[in-house]
Amino acid sequence: MGYFLQQLINGVTLGMIYGLVAIGYTMVYGILGMINFAHGEIYMIGAFISILGFILVGLAGITAVPLALIIVLTATMIFTAAYGWSVERVAYRPLRQAPRLAPLISAIGMSIFLQNYVQLSQGAQVKTLPPFIEGGVVLLRDADFAVRISYVQLLIWLLTLVLMAGFAWIIGRTALGRAQRACAEDRVMASLVGINVDRTISLTFVLGAALAAVAGTMVTLYYGVVDFFIGFLAGIKAFTAAVLGGIGSLPGAMLGGLILGLVEAFWSAYFTTEYKDVAAFTILVLVLIFRPTGLLGRPEVEKV
Amino acid sequence: MKQIVGGLLIAVAAGFTSGAAADITIAVVGPMTGKYATFGQQMRRGAELAVADVNAAGGVLGERLELVVGDDACDPRQAREVANKMASKGAVLVVGHFCSGSSIPASEVYAEEGILQISPGSTNPKLTERGLDNVFRTCGRDDQQGMVAGDYIVDHLSGKRIAMLHDKTAYGKGLADETRKQLHKRGKREVLYEAFSAGDQDYSALVSKMKAAGVGVVYVGGYHTEAGLIVRQMRQQGMKAVLMAGDALVTDEYWGITGSAGEGTLMTFSPDPTRNGAARPVVERFLAQGQKPEGYVLYTYGAIQAFTEAAERADSTALADLVETLKSEKFDTVLGTIGFDRKGDVTAPGYVVYAWQGGRYDYVDK
Repeated sequence: MGYFLQQLINGVTLGMIYGLVAIGYTMVYGILGMINFAHGEIYMIGAFISILGFILVGLAGITAVPLALIIVLTATMIFTAAYGWSVERVAYRPLRQAPRLAPLISAIGMSIFLQNYVQLSQGAQVKTLPPFIEGGVVLLRDADFAVRISYVQLLIWLLTLVLMAGFAWIIGRTALGRAQRACAEDRVMASLVGINVDRTISLTFVLGAALAAVAGTMVTLYYGVVDFFIGFLAGIKAFTAAVLGGIGSLPGAMLGGLILGLVEAFWSAYFTTEYKDVAAFTILVLVLIFRPTGLLGRPEVEKV
Repeated sequence: MKQIVGGLLIAVAAGFTSGAAADITIAVVGPMTGKYATFGQQMRRGAELAVADVNAAGGVLGERLELVVGDDACDPRQAREVANKMASKGAVLVVGHFCSGSSIPASEVYAEEGILQISPGSTNPKLTERGLDNVFRTCGRDDQQGMVAGDYIVDHLSGKRIAMLHDKTAYGKGLADETRKQLHKRGKREVLYEAFSAGDQDYSALVSKMKAAGVGVVYVGGYHTEAGLIVRQMRQQGMKAVLMAGDALVTDEYWGITGSAGEGTLMTFSPDPTRNGAARPVVERFLAQGQKPEGYVLYTYGAIQAFTEAAERADSTALADLVETLKSEKFDTVLGTIGFDRKGDVTAPGYVVYAWQGGRYDYVDK
């Protein structure tokens, strides 16, 4: 029982990180109908910026953990959002009227560019952050096995839940959210009723990048090691999570992330770590066979 | 137009011949980029200083050495490509590669092209076991390393339960299996045998599994980035087991990843070459340049020394002469006096166990 609980904690933490990144994919797909393959790289850039932030905060002599965390998170979100905005402006907006394939190719190009840009400017070696938040609490003792949740894991849970609530509020209750939903329904019609479509799309990228920045910061705190290549694997996993949950659906992205994280953790726990990715992708295939639009996705209506 | 083209061709041809006449091209190939770039840098530092020293002392056979740097990013496919590139550049010696998974496919290219290969860091036995004449190494082999590691676990950590992990690479799996073989031979069995993917960041599920199995010794066949993450996540979950690994941990970057979590990590590596009397002047020059001759720096330097000495004695840089001389004679290098056996393996003192403590590694029994 204790062992099960511990793996549940591990899986949920991993799943929440996947989910945060997955939302960036799903939101852009909802509005533009394209996969933003550079999103994994945005997350990687977020992780790099947060390491830089933690180092600068340390140099500035700010030792209070909550204060340092708020400063770094805010700065990382702002700078990463700027990257997200620029990517849209440079690589996607000029192709808005082009066939669907063009922005996709442009996205792959952007992804390769960003990876190499970070490699050249930051060096190819891994960047590390010494443990910043240490310790945790023992939830229960089961025979010899102590179930632990570390403070970093708690922080990831808390932050993800707060962000999700905030996000649901933005999409459901604000003017921006209304504009986003309108653009997702029909871009031309939305522009005819006075919605600034370009601005809405830019803000969507900014929001997605800000969430990826939070995920990047969490990963920096949780694992402490970052290199220019982490965006690739994280991107694939998060994209899988988005498809699993139903691409275009925000709760779906979170659900997909959680399922993926849990499958990986439990497969490692009860079978073998070697094939955990195989297990995760098998689940994806099975879901797509029986529900081609993903768990919470709406069937695409052919527009005439 | 025709004349211009003709003129260009002549100029190009002239450029080639004059270049070849003045220099002997040698290459150093390793992971200059990617996760294991730290080892590529070590090799590059060693090669650059060795070439500078040889040229300052008058070169080889009266010719200057010219160094070309190749990058395989530790990727087997890229390794073959780089190998072909080095062949087209006319290299007579390739010092490399680092990762066994890269050295093995690349060695086939070098064998076809007639290029001498000396690896300073690839320890998988298979490298020199395939009857390729042109392949040498200045480092040890994983069957020796696994034996030392296995014996150490049985002799010093015998009361503890063992988990064996590897990263599915030629080096990682090869080393883990050699160590496991030795454990079994001494009548000790592991409670867990698991593989992970190089590049993974999350080991929390694996760590919980080891914790639940009451593991006291974690043996990792893999590189420092993954081993570092594993030990860090072990400590995060309050698991106090000892981590033991091989010679892919000999970089300060390991401590950079683990911080104090790396305290007490054990690893096997050849006896520290910086303590050789013969290495003293070279070590001091590295330090004067503000560089640390850690890990594979001196193994690369020594490989180039062996090559230049062999070329001088054979009075030739033809592959057959070099191989003949390397396999039959002894050479004074920063690694001490070394020779090579018929397979191309170095006749070196083998492996010892080191421990990481306070950000440095040192012999476990001083």
